[in-house]
Amino acid sequence: MTGVIVSIINGLLLGAIYGLAAIGLTLIFGVMKVINLAHGAMIALGMFALYLLVSWLGINPYLAVPVVGVGGFLMGFCIYWIAVHRVIGRAELMSLLATFAVSMIIVGVGTVLWSTSPYNVQVDMPGLSIGRYTIPGNHIVAAVVAILVAVALYLFLYYTRLGKAIRAVASNRQASELMGIPSTRVLAIAFGIGIGIAAVAGSLIATLFPFTILSGASYELKSFVVTVLGGLGNPAGALLGGLLLGLIEGSVSPFVSVSWTPVIEFSLFVVILILFPAGLFRVGRGR
Amino acid sequence: MNRLALSLLVSASLVSAPAMTYAKDIVIGFTTSETGKLNADSAPQMQGFELWRDQVNAKGGIKVGGDKYPVKFVKYDDQSTSGRVQQLYVRLVTQDNADFLFSPYSSGLTATAAIISEQYGKVMITTGAAEGKTYELGNQHLFQTYTPANLYLASALDAVKAKAPKSKIALIYENGGFAKAVATGAKAYADKLGLNVVIDEAYDASTTDFSPILNKVVSSGADVLIGGGHFADGSTLARQLREQNMKLKMISLLVAPDVPKFAGLGSAAYGVSVPSQWESDASYTPDFGPTAAQFTKDYENRFHVHPGYHAAGGYASGLILQHAIEQAGSLDTDKVTAQLNKMDATTFYGHIRFANDESRHGLQVGHDMVLAQWQKKGGELEKEVVWPEAAGTAPLMFPISQ
Repeated sequence: MTGVIVSIINGLLLGAIYGLAAIGLTLIFGVMKVINLAHGAMIALGMFALYLLVSWLGINPYLAVPVVGVGGFLMGFCIYWIAVHRVIGRAELMSLLATFAVSMIIVGVGTVLWSTSPYNVQVDMPGLSIGRYTIPGNHIVAAVVAILVAVALYLFLYYTRLGKAIRAVASNRQASELMGIPSTRVLAIAFGIGIGIAAVAGSLIATLFPFTILSGASYELKSFVVTVLGGLGNPAGALLGGLLLGLIEGSVSPFVSVSWTPVIEFSLFVVILILFPAGLFRVGRGR
Repeated sequence: MNRLALSLLVSASLVSAPAMTYAKDIVIGFTTSETGKLNADSAPQMQGFELWRDQVNAKGGIKVGGDKYPVKFVKYDDQSTSGRVQQLYVRLVTQDNADFLFSPYSSGLTATAAIISEQYGKVMITTGAAEGKTYELGNQHLFQTYTPANLYLASALDAVKAKAPKSKIALIYENGGFAKAVATGAKAYADKLGLNVVIDEAYDASTTDFSPILNKVVSSGADVLIGGGHFADGSTLARQLREQNMKLKMISLLVAPDVPKFAGLGSAAYGVSVPSQWESDASYTPDFGPTAAQFTKDYENRFHVHPGYHAAGGYASGLILQHAIEQAGSLDTDKVTAQLNKMDATTFYGHIRFANDESRHGLQVGHDMVLAQWQKKGGELEKEVVWPEAAGTAPLMFPISQ
């Protein structure tokens, strides 16, 4: 029984990080209706940014996380103007292809620079012992940081002028323009925040698992699942969706071979899609 | 007048033709995984190939009859995918006119390449590919350098039997051709030894979170863990065993701990053992080619890193092919195949002999494996040969001291 509880706790801790990764994706979709296919590549870049900061500057990985976040924001801001701005409001395939192209460029450059060999960020953190089981300390810290970032984003969106402007643009771009909100600049900032959050999620994942420039792909897939579970364009739902995904993984894995976990996970996902097409945690406004 | 000039020109070319010699390269084609999940495992194998080629060419090439032919490689990046391997091996044979082939890295990719090499009747020396199933398909031109997969964990299980026969063993392995073949062989061997395997579970090759499996290992009360797959998953598994503070008497993982980068895991590498096709301390007396010490020195001088068995396997493949060509005195596929069939020789890499019977033609039946373990010497991690005890450079640390 202790094994099952530990497994569920492990699942929830990872779920918080899945949730954070998905928030970046869902924020961008919610505000500008762009499905960002460069999301996984940005998660991977966040992993490498943390690795480089830690190995070059020798700083504590957790102190490097905010730096990665700021770097991700600036990069996202630039990507918006270069690749996304001109395709906003046009056919969805255009933005899909634009962000896919960005992804291919990042993965290609990353492969040349770092090959596809796995990299590690060493984090020595005492774990929490429960009987014979141990919950690794780095998992606990990463989950706490993920939740703090998610809460900070929530407070930013609901209690700051800029956050409210982002929500206004998400709700109705034309009306917000009429209210004097510079919607293009707001979109660029929102895209930057989405990418910054993806990079932070990547940097937190890098403290847990080895990674390559291709590692973002699996987290991108999980982000899509979590986003759909939580309701497209709903950041709070994304965090809950992430926790739910982690809970499913943690609850299922003690009872079946690990190869069956994704089968059960995705079967449940299809059932949820059929029963709740708008997502499980569809609250408040948004599309 | 024009006709006269033309006849003179033709005559001149005919007269001068025998005097002109065209150096023929021996073209060896193969793919490596420069990108994709097998990159870390494939890179040292490629370095082994390169060292062999450059040493051969520095001496003028491979001796064929009275002439020496330089070795030329034609290689491509297979991106660790079998689809690319299929396309590229066809290209190597049909467009690049490869005389001989080396295998890609890994059993899975080699199984794909073997279909092409056999279809076009090309000799392919396989390295980095231990799964034995490929040799049960009636292939006539395929020759394996590695000890077959089903024997990989035999030495680890022998050690468990000798040290603590009542141990509870967790068999945790990658869900791929090679690791599954190893696990099947290990399970059968454990049963034969009367050992108790309490968990037998496969995981996906892309697994990064081993917590669910490790929780099961704790629940089962297992005190020995054997398995793994390749570098990416094996190094992750070792790291998480450490993070989860698993109290295991023995950890023996495939492939990963033999890649020099594994030592970068620090304390997570300590005590982990690996079934190894070759270790630099091996003291075989070679019938041809360098000694282990000479190979190790040359490799370190060239690549500034200590060679593992992937590198040695790469070099040995070249050496085996070279010896067969020299013995045949020809580049003819049938003659070289005949020489490989009757090869029974010792190299720096160990004994080499290929099965000749129809049911498993080309399977490696001469080569033995050892068990190596990461131990600490003067505070530094060093890999020691620990099993069989007679061949060991240090005693097996059992249980792993915390």
